[in-house]
Amino acid sequence: MVDRIAHQILEKTSGAADTILLGVPTRGVPLAHRLAARIHAFEGVAVPVGALDVTLYRDDLRLRGARALGRTELPPGGVDGRRVILIDDVLFSGRTVRAALDALGDLGRPRSVQLAVLVDRGHRELPIRADYVGKNIPTALAEKVRVSLTETDGADEVRLLGGAA
Amino acid sequence: MIRHLLSAGDLDAATATLVLDTAQEMASLADREVKKLPTLRGRTVVNLFYEDSTRTRISFEAAAKRLSADVINFSAKGSSVSKGESLKDTALTLQAMGADAVVIRHSASGAPHRLANWIDGTVVNAGDGTHEHPTQALLDAYTMRSRLGRLSGLNVAIVGDVLHSRVARSNVLLLHTLGAKVTLVAPPTLLPVGVDAWPAETSYHLDSVLPDADVVMMLRVQRERMDQAYFPSAREYSRRYGLDGARMRRLPEHAIVMHPGPMNRGMEITPEVADSPRSTIVEQVANGVSVRMAVLYLLLGGKV
Repeated sequence: MVDRIAHQILEKTSGAADTILLGVPTRGVPLAHRLAARIHAFEGVAVPVGALDVTLYRDDLRLRGARALGRTELPPGGVDGRRVILIDDVLFSGRTVRAALDALGDLGRPRSVQLAVLVDRGHRELPIRADYVGKNIPTALAEKVRVSLTETDGADEVRLLGGAA
Repeated sequence: MIRHLLSAGDLDAATATLVLDTAQEMASLADREVKKLPTLRGRTVVNLFYEDSTRTRISFEAAAKRLSADVINFSAKGSSVSKGESLKDTALTLQAMGADAVVIRHSASGAPHRLANWIDGTVVNAGDGTHEHPTQALLDAYTMRSRLGRLSGLNVAIVGDVLHSRVARSNVLLLHTLGAKVTLVAPPTLLPVGVDAWPAETSYHLDSVLPDADVVMMLRVQRERMDQAYFPSAREYSRRYGLDGARMRRLPEHAIVMHPGPMNRGMEITPEVADSPRSTIVEQVANGVSVRMAVLYLLLGGKV
């Protein structure tokens, strides 16, 4: 799946020039690194990778207790004037992406922003759409999609949990 | 997370580490073009200062504003306090105005604890009398960790007017929780009664402590709280307990010198030491904003 997204990115950005990948913690960050490695293997282009923590921009902070922050790390040169591709594991309500767009706005002014996700499970609550999708998985609202990655969880897998099967 | 921050002793190691880690992320904000986060939009923070303060008040104000909270500054001078209004009545007034958090500095030890029982919002102790100053201890711990890479196992000497120091008490409690070893160095007259029950060692001799210290924290001699003679003369005090260039050179290579400010230059610390590269005094002020942002976020950012 990552291979396919990497190819799509290369195709759509005509060689990934002037592009940076920003992973959204936790699992977006290792995914961004994997994508960059594939892009490098296919075309020999080194795409800068960073991390963008969106916790402080979330709209659901007040629904739960305060939570720990993830790391935000921008590649040298920042985001100004570049094409930023946000990377996350699952696209669901779209609220994380909205928070990420707000966070990006405070960090600079990218030329354009795109979105790549491993899994799109539907049930959007905001007008947001991914540019690159690894796999569309139709789900029920009560179900949970859990992505595991070797870097964070010890194994690569996508599991659909719960709900009335 | 706890609801109020009244004492550094209320923080367990995990919570204190969470505050320091959060502060580290908050610190990256200082390098950004837009130094503002939307996190506390619509929350109101009241700075209730019954005692003079420069850095703590400004630091809390900057921290709250960077998180987009509304800030109301209250100082006892020029308010109804000079007409005789009690702390409780003032607190109820603030409550009625919808304060989500009250940051209080008061000359009476224990005032923040009383306040926490009267109002629904969060109370942050910004220094109460000679009792505690937890955010100062957190920013000191943060500074040590960022300069020396760790806290556990550090030898920290806290030197000077321990008797009148809320900074010393909060630091002893927090540093003990985080695994550092604290030695209090002061003349016998400036050590509080019952200091042997504190999780710290004591010494009367600065020179014997210096060679093993990773951190030396100099305390201000609090003349305004001294109602009697605690030492024969300022000159004798600084000869025995002041940090000058010669003493600084007896410290290990990596050791740092801290001071919570404001300094009495020439009394507990000489300008040569205060302005040396080992001194973290200016750094402490910058770190104070990050640490207070972390505290406000963790207390107010989630469901309250």
